[in-house]
Amino acid sequence: MVKEFGLDWTFVIGHLNYWLFIILMMTGLYIVVAKGNLVKKIVGLNIFQTAVFMLYISVGKVKGGTAPIFPVDMNIDPDVLYSNPLPHVLILTAIVVGVATTSLGLALAVRIREEYGTIEEDSIQKIDRDTCLQDANLHSEVASEPR
Amino acid sequence: MRHHLILRVVTKLLIGVIMLFALYVQFHGDYSPGGGFQAGVIMSVAFIIYSVVFSLADAQKVLPPWFVHKLMAVGLLLYALTGVYSMFAGYNYLDYDAINPEHPVSGQHNGIILIELGVGITVTAVMVTIFYAFASRTPPMDDEAW
Amino acid sequence: MLTALAVVRAQSLFATAMLSGAFSLLSALLFVTLDAVDVAFTEAAVGAGISTVLMLGTLALTARFERPATHSPVIPLFVVFVTGAALIYGTLDMPNFGDPNAPAQVHLAPDFIQNSPHEIDVPNIVTAILASYRGFDTLGEVAVVFTAGVGVLLLLSGLRHRRRRQGKEDS
Repeated sequence: MVKEFGLDWTFVIGHLNYWLFIILMMTGLYIVVAKGNLVKKIVGLNIFQTAVFMLYISVGKVKGGTAPIFPVDMNIDPDVLYSNPLPHVLILTAIVVGVATTSLGLALAVRIREEYGTIEEDSIQKIDRDTCLQDANLHSEVASEPR
Repeated sequence: MRHHLILRVVTKLLIGVIMLFALYVQFHGDYSPGGGFQAGVIMSVAFIIYSVVFSLADAQKVLPPWFVHKLMAVGLLLYALTGVYSMFAGYNYLDYDAINPEHPVSGQHNGIILIELGVGITVTAVMVTIFYAFASRTPPMDDEAW
Repeated sequence: MLTALAVVRAQSLFATAMLSGAFSLLSALLFVTLDAVDVAFTEAAVGAGISTVLMLGTLALTARFERPATHSPVIPLFVVFVTGAALIYGTLDMPNFGDPNAPAQVHLAPDFIQNSPHEIDVPNIVTAILASYRGFDTLGEVAVVFTAGVGVLLLLSGLRHRRRRQGKEDS
């Protein structure tokens, strides 16, 4: 049912959710790339991650389906449609693993702050460059001394 | 937060409910949404609330860090050893039919409860450990700072 | 989604932490509407609870405000737009939202839904798959959580012991 505009509305509405999640994902990616603050970067990664979770869950959704839990008495009505439980399992574990890895990242940020006194990326790079230059100067002085 | 009286009273009331809810989620996970991962997180929230509202030292008296570190490993081992047991009973690794060979379905039930318990213990212990690790470094801060 | 955009703008890291908690809660609501109650439950407990607390703990240990950006945002924006366009191009081949005949729905899922009542006999299919059919996977995930816990311990408590030992040697 392609119209003369070349726009198929069922197609657009059927894919709108994917596009929204991709925009969300890109928001996260933008934070990761553009922001210098390490904590902010971790928040960005979290947003990216959640967008991926949403993408997976929305793939598992069946129109007219319900949550994949049988009645407690196990009288299963064969007419009831259930959503795909497999993505749910994957994402469920991924969320908990995600928070564990996030905390690992935050712990790294804390340690960096203790060593460098800052969590801004460019200041860390500046401190690194300065120490490297000092090292290089020291080495060249030692090398140029007559034996 | 010594002077926040209402907060402390409400927290005392809530902690019991939170832990009860965590246990419900843990063992009722076969029938309703829930399971080891969620229960672990909720259970650790109870301890985290306690140490936020009262003090870290109090919380560590209830649940000492060395004990939590052991629990982290115990949960994972419980999970893995369930698998080893089924292997020694002549089934595949993590095949819970082995727990009750005459009645495989009940074996499956017991197996699921066992490994969910393992998951729950590990997740609780890891979350509490992470919180302890962060909180024990925090410089003492007055409430006005925020 | 608006909260995510607000995160981009917010200079105060405290506001960022709070906004990310709100973001998790909203995404949990979204998961409920997408029939994933287990996932929503986890997201609400983890995202709005634990990670906000951890974020605040980190902020107390580090800085409270972000320095304004020094780079121009043109290159990151370009990267983001190109990646987004590529991904959107990739979705054009995907089946419509909620299509019962999509490839993801016809292969494994009906198998699980039909067989788990008499093989496992647990009402919650998600639990049945998590613990039984994909037991290996879950074991791996638990191992990852365990490893992350050990990693945080190593990063955050190793130094203290070393300092204490140094203090003893000095005195």
